[in-house]
Parts: sequence; structure tokens; C-alpha cells
Amino acid sequence: MTDNPLNIEGAVCPVPLTHNEQIVMGHGSGGRMSHDLIRKTFLAAFDNSILRTGDDAAPLEIDGAELSVSVDAHVVTPLFFPGGDIGKLAVCGTVNDVAMLGARPLYLTAAFILEEGLPIEILQRVVDSMKSAADEAGVQIVAGDTKVVERGKADGLYVTTTGVGLRRAGQRVGGAEAKAGDVVILSGTIGDHGIAVLGARGELGFTSDIQSDVAPLNHLIEAMLDASPNIHVLRDPTRGGLATTLNEIAAQSKCGIMLNEDAIPVHPAVNAACEMLGFDPLYVANEGKLVAMVAKEDAERVLAAMRKTHYGEEAVIIGEVTAEPQSRVLLRIAIGTTRIVDMLAGEMLPRIC
Amino acid sequence: MKYVTEYRDAALVRGVVDEIARVTTRPWVIMEICGGQTHAIVRYGLDQILPPSIELVHGPGCPVCVTPLELIDKALAIASQPDVIFCSYGDMLRVPGSGRDLFSVKASGGQVRVVYSPLDAVEIARQNPDKQVVFFAIGFETTAPANVMSVLAARSMGLKNFSILVSHVRVPPAMHAILGSPSNRVQGFLLAGHVCAVMGYHEYPSLAEKYRVPMAVTGFEPLDLAQGILYTVRMLEEGRLTAVENAYARTVTFEGNQPAQKTIAQVFEDCDRTWRGIGVIPMSGWRLRPEFADFDAEQRFDVGYIQTKESPLCIAGQILVGMKKPHDCSAFGKECTPEHPLGATMVSSEGACAAYYKYK
Repeated sequence: MTDNPLNIEGAVCPVPLTHNEQIVMGHGSGGRMSHDLIRKTFLAAFDNSILRTGDDAAPLEIDGAELSVSVDAHVVTPLFFPGGDIGKLAVCGTVNDVAMLGARPLYLTAAFILEEGLPIEILQRVVDSMKSAADEAGVQIVAGDTKVVERGKADGLYVTTTGVGLRRAGQRVGGAEAKAGDVVILSGTIGDHGIAVLGARGELGFTSDIQSDVAPLNHLIEAMLDASPNIHVLRDPTRGGLATTLNEIAAQSKCGIMLNEDAIPVHPAVNAACEMLGFDPLYVANEGKLVAMVAKEDAERVLAAMRKTHYGEEAVIIGEVTAEPQSRVLLRIAIGTTRIVDMLAGEMLPRIC
Repeated sequence: MKYVTEYRDAALVRGVVDEIARVTTRPWVIMEICGGQTHAIVRYGLDQILPPSIELVHGPGCPVCVTPLELIDKALAIASQPDVIFCSYGDMLRVPGSGRDLFSVKASGGQVRVVYSPLDAVEIARQNPDKQVVFFAIGFETTAPANVMSVLAARSMGLKNFSILVSHVRVPPAMHAILGSPSNRVQGFLLAGHVCAVMGYHEYPSLAEKYRVPMAVTGFEPLDLAQGILYTVRMLEEGRLTAVENAYARTVTFEGNQPAQKTIAQVFEDCDRTWRGIGVIPMSGWRLRPEFADFDAEQRFDVGYIQTKESPLCIAGQILVGMKKPHDCSAFGKECTPEHPLGATMVSSEGACAAYYKYK
């Protein structure tokens, strides 16, 4: 050590990186990088009023029939994980996206990209799992496609599913429909899927009994819609987690959302895994949960209806919709402070220490 | 969760904060040295409930933020080589070098892997004898024991394909540099609990005496932080300016973890180190001792001359030494966001700018 003082005033810092030139993993995170990619590349090219609604499914009207249509490509490593597999994920993901417009999912199509060398037995297990998930959801898989790529060009198999459902006549449910005063309801614990998959990859460095929550939520949604005509928003917080989903809704509805940290249920094992890895459960993926914005006067009735269903047993109120600050999600912390809950930026990365 | 929930108890935290307000009679500037503490303070909004006369400034204790650009460029060059598997802690992937980051290298075909422990990288080396496996060994004293263990493990396993790219930094020389700067405003320090868990706090009384700045060893939960602030304010208010106290006694002892310190000293030696955004701080880093040169990635890979280029907009340097706050930067939240960071302080989850962007 010397006693010479440093000239720190002259310090500078690095040039920006925009990742505009090639796809990086962060573009698939479901967070802000994904949104930017969609806005700049896809929305710019395909722009139309339906796409611009920005929900996970498209509301269509054809000859008086009010439809909900969605598509989802599924890639997951490993193909089988505690609580589910890529097949169940492929059915539930699309069933849920269709249902989140307040629709009854009816039909799915499925496209398979298979890697040369994939054991048929694995494919059979995935297909059986899809069949049982479709039966539970009450949908039929009515068309499909199969492509095979050379070994090394895919990760076992990828499944893309498209779903069609019928919306309830006259009921507007969508990300832009949240209203100040609405109550925010969450159907159960967050982060289970993300941590279950990390565990199955052997990336936790410890074992856990956490199961993915992957599940079809359409029956839960039916029960909610039966209980109240004043359900304004339904959304499943998948990639990017609850925080990202609520930011999307706040932006679409031009409202604020105030959450109570203590009210958000997190499985203790998920919490422990997140503490160890430096993750925030608010950003960890779910595949069988939904968040709803409901008129305050109907909230208790909707909650009661949810709790009577299998996937809504642990439903709770986690916050409320506010007029201000627009497009912002805030979290009320028990010690009497509040903080901003931002959208996931790029990929979620474990902290160094 | 046991041993965590108790330290987030709202009533206990409020009680300590009330006590801070009771003992505070005048303004004080206190620096938390560690990025993990900056993150926790902003995440829990502790700064919102402290008396307004207590100003917390954020120190350079984010290892990702201060890793020098030249070394990141070296990492990018090594990771781009076809026979290399480059392993890193997650946060490092997003830190920009001169025009690229490890994400870009990965997207261009480089084998970049996130590991949770350097021993995972040793295991990757064992499983891939035909590849060179390099671990990016960055960090403060906290990560040093695990990083040196990876070298010792690789040596005992006879691995010839494992090396580490070292950019280790140490807290006391950085505090010395901050306190010795003519523009220093810091009157008291919260010492980094995790660093002290390894090193103890026997290095700090001499610093406190030299600069007459009291210090409290502090943990990372809201109650720990409030406690550390209370200790520091008390020492300041009572004029005990050369005192060093331990507000994290459940983890930290005066001597620290001596077997860990011995192991570090066996593998690392002191060296001058450049801190990104700050400059060279004499004897502020660790490097591999000559007898471990076989495990030194800088010697194993010749990446040629590297010319570095920093953005002139960013004030990360001043933020890292507590002279400025993230909000003082004209680029904050505009040109500079976590997705498109101008400065390393915006990149790491422990960086002050990222904490402000995320929570404030």
C-alpha cells in the first residue's frame, strides 16, 4: 500500500452492448429483451390490431363466433422433470394461454421436431403424457406435423402446439382490462416450475422435493367466470415470473399494481433454493398458476370458487390495482417500505456470492 | 425460513431504526463497502426509513463491477478459442468488454458455461480431458477460498487441462484508497460480513486509527444492516472514531477462518490490481503464486495485445467510491439499463446502479 491518493474523478466505464446483431439466450427469457425483440422484429413486420393487443392469445371474431387462438413452442431440458415433462407442458401451456382470454379451449394441433436417434420409447412417453393432459383439460388434438432433423440439431425433441377455444359471449377478459380498485388474486405458490427444472438439471447442487406446477387451468377459469362477470384480467405468469407478467399487465392497462410481499405464497423449499442461488421467486417461472384482476366487490366470491377447485386451493389476494403510478408494479414490504418490482431484464443469472 | 426470517422481522427492524433516530444528532455519511449490502438496503428500502440525516453511500464491493476491462477482454479472447470450455459465475456473462460480452461469445459458438462453484469447473475438466477448461476466478476475499480450492483439487487430481483466470481484489486496500482520496466524504464504514467471515476483522483497526473512521462488521439481512448502522452511528456520535465493532457476531470472529486464510496464502500472493472505473490500487489484489503458474490461464493462453475502450458517458467510477449516486448520472435509466449497461455497476445484481434501477 502507498499513501498516494487516487485520481478517481477521471474514471470512465464501458461501451454499451445492445445485442442487436445476433440472438443471445436473453432474447428467450420472457423478459424485456424478449419484448424488445417482439416489438422491433415481429410486431414491426406483422403489425395489426389483433397482434397489438399483446396478450398471450389472439381474440378473433369469425362469423359471430368469438374465438381465442394461441401457439406455443416448447423446449425444455431435461424432457422429463419432477411433476411433468415436455408433453404435459406443451398441452397445458397452450390450453392455459387460450383460456386466459376467458375462453373454453376445445382443440389443439401439435408439431414435433424430432432429433435423429431419439428413442421411440421417449417419444411414446411424451405422447402418452400429452394425451392424459389433453383428457384432463377436455381438449382434443386434431392435427399434427412431424419433422426429423439430424443428430445434434435439436435437443431430443421440440413440441409446438396451437390451440383454439370459444370465448364467453360479451365477456371481455384481457391484459388491457385491469381497472383501478381491482383486487389482484394469485392461484397459489410461485416459482415451483423453474426451481423443479433447475433441480432436474442437477444445477442446484442439492436435492429438493419440489415438483413442477405444470397443470391445465381451464377448469379453474371456468369456475371463476361462473362466479363473477367482473373478472378483467387472467394471465399465467410463465417465463419471467410473476414480476414480468404484472409489469406487462400494468403497461397494457396503463395502471399501477401494489403488491404485499407478505401475501405472496412461496413454497419454503423454493424460497430456500432462491436464497442460495440469489434468485428472486418473483422472477422464477410457473406453468400452473394464474393471476387475476377482479372487481373488488366480487373478489371474495371468486376466491371461494377458486378454492373449491384442485388448482385454486391456495388462491390468495396479493395486492390491488391502482390508478398511479402508471405502468409500474410496486411491492409493499413488511418493514413499512415500498420498492419497484421491475420486469426481468435478460436471463436470470445466479449471483457470485 | 429459519435463520433468515428472524432477521427480516419488521418489528425488530423498526425498533433498531427507532434507536438509530434516537441517537442521531447530526448528519453522517456512512459507506457500505459490499455490493450485496447495497442490494439488500435498496431491496428492503432501509434507506427510506432511516433518519434523513444518515446518508448511505455505496462502495466498490461488487466484484463483477470492478473486474478490469482488460481482463474481461482476455476472458472473451480465451473463451472464443475452439478447444476451450470457459466457466464463470453467472453475473460475469453480462459484463461488457470492449464491444462484446460472454453472451456474445457463447452465441458465436464459444463454449461458455455458468457454474455455481469453481469445483464444478474442475469436474468439467475431469470429464473433458481433450478440452482446456478455464474458470474465471473473480471476487473479493469471500470467493477466494473456493477459488484456491479448485486449483488445489485440480493439482491433486493431476489435471493438466484446468486453469483459472484470476482477478481477485481485497477490501482493505480499496478502503485505504477511498479514505486517502482528497474528495472522500465517508465518515463511517459498514464492513462486509462475508469478507470478514473469511478474513476476520483484524486488518481494520489500523485503518480506523489512521483515518479516524469507525467501522462495524455488518451482515446482509435488514436487521443486520440496521444493527450495523446503529453501531456505526453510536461510535460516531460518541466520538469513538477509531473503534471497530462487530455487529455480525453470529458469523464473524476477530481472527476469521484461519484454515481458509492459510489455504489462500498457500496459493495466492498480493499484487497491484486495476479496479474498473477506479484505476490501479497498489497491492489490492491477489494472483497465483509462481509455483502454481501451471494453473494460470494468463500464462497458458497467449491472447496478444488487448486495447480497451470505455464509454465516456458512465460515472461508474465515482459511484463505486461513493462520490456520486446512480441518480446523478445523466445516462441512468436512459442510455444505460440492465439490458444495455454502460457501466459494470448496472450489470451485476450487486452493482449500485442495478439496485437503484430495479428497486427505486
